[in-house]
Amino acid sequence: MANGGKSSKVVRYNRWGYYFLIPFTAAYVIFQLIPLIDTVTQSFFENYRSGLKQIGPNFIGLANYVKILSSGDLWQYAKNTMIIWLIGFIPQIIISLLLAAWFTDPSLRLKGQRFFKTVIYLPNLIMASAFAMLFFTLFSDNGPVNSILMQLGLISTPYKFFSHVAASRCLVGFMNFLMWFGNTTILLMAGMLGIDQSLFEAAEVDGATPNQIFFRITLPLLRPILVYVIITSLIGGLQMFDVPQILTDGTGDPARTTMTMIMWLNKHLYSKNYGMAGALSVLLFIITGVLSLIVFRLTKTDTDR
Amino acid sequence: MKKTKSTVGVQGRRIVSYIVLILLSFLCLVWFYILFINATRSHAELSRGFTPLPSHYAVKNFVKMLHSTQPIARGMLNSLIVAGLSALLCTYFSTMTAYAIHAYRFRFRKFAYTFILAVMMIPTQVTALGFIRLVTRMKLINNYIPLIFPAIAAPATFFYLKQYMDSVLSLSLVEAARIDGAGEFHIFNAIVLPLMRPAVAVQAIFTFVANWNNYFIPSLILKNEKMKTLPVLIAELRGADFLKFDMGVVYMTIAFSIFPVIIVYLLLSKNIVGGIALGGVKE
Amino acid sequence: MKKKLVSIMMASTMVAGVLAGCGSSSGGAASTQASSDSTQAAAADTQAAAADTEAAADTSAASADEGKVLNIQCWNTEFQSRITDHYPGYEKVDDTTGKIGDVTVKWHITPSDDNAYQNNLDSILPDNESASADDKTDLFLMEADYAKKYVNSDVTMNIADLGITDDQIADQYQYTKDIVKDESGNLKGLSWQAASAGLIYNRQAAKDVLGTDDPDKVQDAVSDWDKFNSLAEKMKAKGYTMCSVNDTYRVYSNNVSGPWVQDGKVVVDDNIKKWADDSKTLADKGEENTYELWSDDWAKGKYPDGKVFCYFGPAWFFNFSLAADDASSIAAKGGWGYVQGPQPYYWGGTWIAAATGTDNPTLVKDIMLKITTDPDIMKEIAQKDSDCVNNKTVLKELASDDSGNLALLGDENPYAMLAEGADKVDMSNISDYDQGCNEEFQTAMKGYFDGSYKTYDDALAAFNKAITEKYPDVTTD
Repeated sequence: MANGGKSSKVVRYNRWGYYFLIPFTAAYVIFQLIPLIDTVTQSFFENYRSGLKQIGPNFIGLANYVKILSSGDLWQYAKNTMIIWLIGFIPQIIISLLLAAWFTDPSLRLKGQRFFKTVIYLPNLIMASAFAMLFFTLFSDNGPVNSILMQLGLISTPYKFFSHVAASRCLVGFMNFLMWFGNTTILLMAGMLGIDQSLFEAAEVDGATPNQIFFRITLPLLRPILVYVIITSLIGGLQMFDVPQILTDGTGDPARTTMTMIMWLNKHLYSKNYGMAGALSVLLFIITGVLSLIVFRLTKTDTDR
Repeated sequence: MKKTKSTVGVQGRRIVSYIVLILLSFLCLVWFYILFINATRSHAELSRGFTPLPSHYAVKNFVKMLHSTQPIARGMLNSLIVAGLSALLCTYFSTMTAYAIHAYRFRFRKFAYTFILAVMMIPTQVTALGFIRLVTRMKLINNYIPLIFPAIAAPATFFYLKQYMDSVLSLSLVEAARIDGAGEFHIFNAIVLPLMRPAVAVQAIFTFVANWNNYFIPSLILKNEKMKTLPVLIAELRGADFLKFDMGVVYMTIAFSIFPVIIVYLLLSKNIVGGIALGGVKE
Repeated sequence: MKKKLVSIMMASTMVAGVLAGCGSSSGGAASTQASSDSTQAAAADTQAAAADTEAAADTSAASADEGKVLNIQCWNTEFQSRITDHYPGYEKVDDTTGKIGDVTVKWHITPSDDNAYQNNLDSILPDNESASADDKTDLFLMEADYAKKYVNSDVTMNIADLGITDDQIADQYQYTKDIVKDESGNLKGLSWQAASAGLIYNRQAAKDVLGTDDPDKVQDAVSDWDKFNSLAEKMKAKGYTMCSVNDTYRVYSNNVSGPWVQDGKVVVDDNIKKWADDSKTLADKGEENTYELWSDDWAKGKYPDGKVFCYFGPAWFFNFSLAADDASSIAAKGGWGYVQGPQPYYWGGTWIAAATGTDNPTLVKDIMLKITTDPDIMKEIAQKDSDCVNNKTVLKELASDDSGNLALLGDENPYAMLAEGADKVDMSNISDYDQGCNEEFQTAMKGYFDGSYKTYDDALAAFNKAITEKYPDVTTD
């Protein structure tokens, strides 16, 4: 903006900025903005189906919001979601950083890199629904995991994974970790490889240890990609649905401690309660926005114009 | 002296990293192993619990799957079309959007950037309600348009590509091309896109896989059996009631449906690793 | 003249139908025979079919003026295969299309998972009358758990308006009619199944604990819930688990004194409360397990090592769910027995309904009558598909001789008991909300049995919450 009136030629080039934004804008307005506005509008109406009868739409102002916020359920499910997300995300980011650093470290010269990289990404390819189904059978009361534990003499009776709060949450978190750490590793690697190699060479010549190189050079230069990873994971985490939904068959058991916000939203969509679903959507949007902004602020670099 | 010590350090770190990698690889592969083992077992065997050895029902399950009432092969083709086109549109136009913000100084640049970031925060499920109502009104139920074209506006992909572009694409390169008399659109296609290849390849894989596995929206839009994509068909298998319930066939179908993704990924991953290797480009 | 033309046409389509049957995998002795001397056998078949479809020719004549497309909404291929195998004149074109005469039959399959099937019906049925002729839904299927929702609505036709009389359906069991009666007593659908169910016991376990596997003696030991529960204790002592708490749920919930929702408010019936109490006691003592139906853990009882005393189920359960095709299962050795159990109940069953606005009423009527009342067809269904058919005469026939003996039940003939059970089932208390209430109640109580909810009241609160999410118009305590 500072170089606003530099020359008419530049201005003419810059017009292309608008042209290049047209496809995005068009697709966004049609497929996201209009539905979004519709969703928000719905949130102020009483609009649901009872069997084949349609109730509403009747304008009821903020009543849907009041109903959601006064029950306290939303905070319970928001808490569940964040806990499960953290259970998966903390190991995910640590391991991914470690792996990405190892893979890109020329002094390690790891063999079979292609193999490992390919393998760690594989879980991301399996459909969440299929993956959750698989886990459900594996960890069922008489499933292979229990029978192995019993053969090892670690337990005498089957451990009911899906009846214990911590175990259920950890399973969901673990699955999210497995599905996403390969993805994160690849992203971080792409970021690390984007760093000028001469910086590493210079540091090595200066006698820096691998740890120093990692913390002093790699991490700071990786910040943009890290921010990206954290924000997308957070948003993905807040949208967590497939895995707990299928693992617990939509119940969020035990005692709704694995019920995520989207699972709750899904319950309202299921009953075609558009008013409540709309209000819940808006609240979810606000929660996501606030949390993302916090992360963004915390990680923002000074060098960003 | 010093030299031997550091070699020992490298050796030690190498051993640790191999152990960790092998452990993680095991964690990643064991599920596929179980899936493929289970795909070779009959329903009766499956209901008796897990065994680590394959059985001999693979061919039977496969034949049953092909002759089931669900057009699984057709579903695979549908998934390929939807996921492939989505990945193509998504990466191409996201790069274009990133380039617009990166290379041009126009009035609403900053606003557009912030806006797209803000948009990224909106979970897809939040707009699902309105999306379905809209698609119904546009009479696009049972059509691939609402599955493919929304991919053009992918804020997350845009954000990644923008970040990558910041570190890779210097405006002097663009400037040089302009002096050579290249048009803006040509510069984008001939210079910017190839330069972005490593990042585009990564995002192409992500988008492809995300769309391949996408269940939520397709299940709401595709009602015609012949139009359905694999996840929708698989969910139907799962939802198929007791009368049709054969877990052997279910596992086989899942195995069959993730197999092409693995192939596509193996092919593309070569591309990616190579692309990243020469992706240091230059400042 | 016109009539003659139609019957010629019918005959030719039937020949084509049989020929097509050879090509496709519809299988069975009939098609092999047909392929050996094709036209001959086909002609014979046609004749046989024509004999008892004289009426059908009439109706087809009328339907010449009716719609050219018969749209059927369903959630799986069960009904489709019944029509393919047993409806005279049905010709399969491909997996989702067929032909009856010059009418094209289109199958619209929407899985019932996640309410998808009902959502689909909810969106198309109200506008059905104004839909274009070829898009009109003519016939749809319902399950008992949500049948009332469609029965109590104008979207479903009164079967009397199709011209079906009470005499024609006199052989059907009362409970199958109760389920599809609307508030003013009009019948809105018909079923070919009478899935009365009972207790299927492990003969070895009965011998170990009761000293006998004789069905009468076993029935004495489980004839009410008190006896059932005290037997569970004895089973535990010998290392057997009685069954899953989820197995018994339907037995209790079918025997309630009032519907789930009364005057817009959810009411937990005493018998359902009793299920929760009994189950909690038994589960805490380890005499019953809490496995989900159809889960791997639950299925382990089908093998001797599973050490489960019983399952609850109807006729279709025998062949489909006891893993009889696996040589190591109890069923393969004929190790099960069947008794009525503590209370009569039923499980499963599909009802055929006509959608208001259909442009093929005569054909719909004929399909309904053929599949749910024609004794020959119903006997065929019973023998080929092991449905417990909704026909008193046919069931009596099956019960009267050895043709109803089942190897997996140790050659016991269960049909007399199935028929008796079907007579006793009382389904006058079902409501629009049964599916959701039953599902959510079981889910909430599972938390109670497992200890996630400390008390019954906590679990009940969770149930109430789930109900208001699912049915915004229903209130709770």
